[in-house]
Amino acid sequence: MTEHVTRAKAAITTGHTAAVKTTQQAQRVVSSRKVFQQIIRRDLRVAMRQRSDLLNPLIFLLIVITLFPLGVGPGPDILGRIAAGVIWVSALLSAMLGLERIFRDDFRDGALEQMLLLPVAVELSVLGKIVVHWLLTAVPVLLITPLLALLLNLPVQAWGVLWLTLLIGTPILSAAGAIGVALTVSLNKGGALLSLLLLPLLVPLLIFATAAVEATLAGVSPAGPLALIGAFSVLSVTLAPLAVKAGLRVSVN
Amino acid sequence: MQFESFTEFLHMGGYAVWVWWSFVGTLACFALIAIEAVMRRKTLASEARKHAARAERILQARQARKQQKAAH
Amino acid sequence: MWRWLHPYAKPEATFHLIQKLLPWFLVPGVVLSVLGLVWGLAFAPPDYQQGESYRIIFVHVPAAMWSMGFYVAMAAAGLLALVWQIRTAELALLAIAPVGAVLTFISLFTGALWGQPMWGTWWVWDARLTAQLILLFLYLGVMALYVAFEDERAGAKAASILALVGVINIPIIHYSVYWWNTLHQQSTVTRAITRLEAPSIAPEMLYPLLVNIVAMMLISAVLVMLRLNNEILRREIHRPWALKYLGIAVSTPAANATTEKE
Repeated sequence: MTEHVTRAKAAITTGHTAAVKTTQQAQRVVSSRKVFQQIIRRDLRVAMRQRSDLLNPLIFLLIVITLFPLGVGPGPDILGRIAAGVIWVSALLSAMLGLERIFRDDFRDGALEQMLLLPVAVELSVLGKIVVHWLLTAVPVLLITPLLALLLNLPVQAWGVLWLTLLIGTPILSAAGAIGVALTVSLNKGGALLSLLLLPLLVPLLIFATAAVEATLAGVSPAGPLALIGAFSVLSVTLAPLAVKAGLRVSVN
Repeated sequence: MQFESFTEFLHMGGYAVWVWWSFVGTLACFALIAIEAVMRRKTLASEARKHAARAERILQARQARKQQKAAH
Repeated sequence: MWRWLHPYAKPEATFHLIQKLLPWFLVPGVVLSVLGLVWGLAFAPPDYQQGESYRIIFVHVPAAMWSMGFYVAMAAAGLLALVWQIRTAELALLAIAPVGAVLTFISLFTGALWGQPMWGTWWVWDARLTAQLILLFLYLGVMALYVAFEDERAGAKAASILALVGVINIPIIHYSVYWWNTLHQQSTVTRAITRLEAPSIAPEMLYPLLVNIVAMMLISAVLVMLRLNNEILRREIHRPWALKYLGIAVSTPAANATTEKE
């Protein structure tokens, strides 16, 4: 009788150890950095498959910028004064066009749910998607900014500051935009609501960016507005993933 | 009283349009919300009453049918 | 510490609490409103520079203050709804939003009516006005998001997230007049309270202003309470307590539930 008990006890102990070993094997360390890179790589690859989707916002940007001189009148001083604002508004609009793409397609085919289930922090995956959005919408704008500034007669001394505001400020577009998209991705008519949601969040950025360029044109240092944009940028990129995660949980469930 | 007469009061030193439209507009906004709240309460109550009356009618109909069957 | 609040997570408890509190807000609110309006319109002295038009301050300032105050309350309700999943808080969010939006709208249009005769412009894109307009959009966004979802609870959560993200606008509005050289004047009342300086407004104007500020808070709170009770009723309309409150008698089905073969 005791022999049975001892053998049973031994079996249980071995079984227990075996179970522990299997769990340990299963809990291979998942590298957050690797997952982050994978997400970026995968999203870029998917985006590259539909190159037209990438060009559309850019072409939209160019069209808007071409229309402004036609509408406002080609007087160089008027154009020069509104150039920074026009370029920024167009960058904003084209960023919004690209926003739908971050989450909507993934939402439709269920990839978003899978992303939420990954063994890494959701915030990290979200940050990866924000980075991809920035790469796909902001980098092309940054590349053609000199051309746009030329078309709109922006005085040359302000080109550098304009470019700087775009460099520092476009992450805010991507981060705040991601919040808006996360909240509306499951809605049918989410597009119109998205603009309503994003406007309050993005107006300060617009104000400071144009203030920086105006300061340069007036001969004053643009350091103040630039510093504020920088602060907003860091704040939004750091905190947006939290809000995006909350929004995605609401939308996906 | 800062004004000599009621007409002067309404005149508001020439700023009648601005001052009175501000105050009337404000009061109108509050009134609209209050009216909506009261009307909503009435609608909720009447809907609930209709729903209860219907449930009552269904219940009565069922009981009547039961009694009819029992009578046979 | 907060345990006494726990029963009010249940909508029924909040409903009855509001019914009890309502007279305590409504009566003082109406009395102070009448007092404040009459005092401000008829008894306060005219302004040295602006004449009689400055009297708009007695609706403009309270509306602006409480548009911000109620937004913070709405965001707090959103926090409760999001983090602790409290049902009543979701309904409170829905109740506050339109009242706050109307307060913001009142502040904007009374400001425009004040600005046109005084500074020759209906609108100017200065810091405070722009931030106040942003506040209006935030309110509208919260309301739109709440009703856009099919599942009301999902909509409430989404609206809460937006309300919380937008809270950052409140300090921007408040400090905008200090941070930028704007058309809008600097604050007088809060500066007096927080810095204990002499307010830059004459006492004969300050006192009616304070009365109007309190009055508008009470009246807006009454409106929020009415709306909240309506929302609670709407949600709980089929519960026995709600039917009992509305005075609708419910006859319970017969105890002998025999299956009927029709």
